[in-house]
Amino acid sequence: MDTDKVFKALADPTRRRLLDLLHRDNGQTLSALCEHMDMTRQGVTQHLQLLEEANLVTVVWQGREKLHYLNAVPLHEIYERWIGKFERSRLGALRDLKRKLEGDDDDKT
Amino acid sequence: MTKPSFVYVTYIATTPEKVWRALVDTELTRQYWVGPNSECARVNVSDWKVGSRWEHQRVEEARTVDIVGKVVESVPPRRLVLTWARPKDAEDDSKHSRVSFDIEPQGDGVVRLTVTHADLERDPQMLAGISGGWPKVLSNLKTLLETGRVLPRSPSAT
Repeated sequence: MDTDKVFKALADPTRRRLLDLLHRDNGQTLSALCEHMDMTRQGVTQHLQLLEEANLVTVVWQGREKLHYLNAVPLHEIYERWIGKFERSRLGALRDLKRKLEGDDDDKT
Repeated sequence: MTKPSFVYVTYIATTPEKVWRALVDTELTRQYWVGPNSECARVNVSDWKVGSRWEHQRVEEARTVDIVGKVVESVPPRRLVLTWARPKDAEDDSKHSRVSFDIEPQGDGVVRLTVTHADLERDPQMLAGISGGWPKVLSNLKTLLETGRVLPRSPSAT
C-alpha cells in the first residue's frame, strides 16, 4: 500500500464527501454521485481518479454502468498500524460518549 | 444480476499461487481469518471442487459451523467463487449470497486480490454483520503473505 497516496487522497473535503456518499450507498455511478456534488462532472471524475489511485475506491463494470465502491482495506491497514487491540474498547467508549454529548453522527467531515 | 454489495481490493507482494493456497489451505486460513491463537480462531474447510460444500468452522472441539456454502467456480490460481449462507439456510439457495475471489498478477511481483460479495440483500442480517469483516480479513492475509506474521503489534503488546 502506498500510504502517502492514501493520506493525500483523504486530505480533501470533497474526496471525503465522496467516500461518505459511497459509505452510505455503495456501488454508485458517476452520475448518481454528481447529483450530490456541487461541482462539474469533470471535477468529480478527477477526485474519483485520485481515490482510485489510492485504492480507496474500486471500480466495477456492470453491463454498461461503471460502479464505484468504497474500498476500506487501506483504511483498515492504517487502523491496525496505530491502534492496538487493547485500546479498541476504550476508544469505542470515548467515541460513544462524544457522540452522546455532541449529538454527533458519523457524517461530519 | 443485481450489483455487488461490497467490492474489496488489496495489492499483495506475492505470487498468485501463494494467494490461492492461502484461500484453500485449512491451516493457512486459520492464520489470517480471525487470528491463529484467538479463542475465536476460524478455518475454512472443503476439497474446493466445483459443487462441493465448504464450511467456515470454529477451531474448537465441537467444530461449530458458522457459514456454509457450495463451491461454484474453482480455477487455481485465478478465481474462486463460493456461495455463502447460515447453516440453517444451507438447503435454501434463495438465501445464499455469493463471494468471488479474483487473483490477478500485476507484474513486479505484485498480485491484485479482489473480493466481491454479491446477493447479500437476500439476508439483511448477514449484510449488517459482514460489512466490517472483509477489510480485516484481507489486511491480515496481506500481512501474512508479505511478512509471514499476522497483525503487526504495537511495541507494548507481546
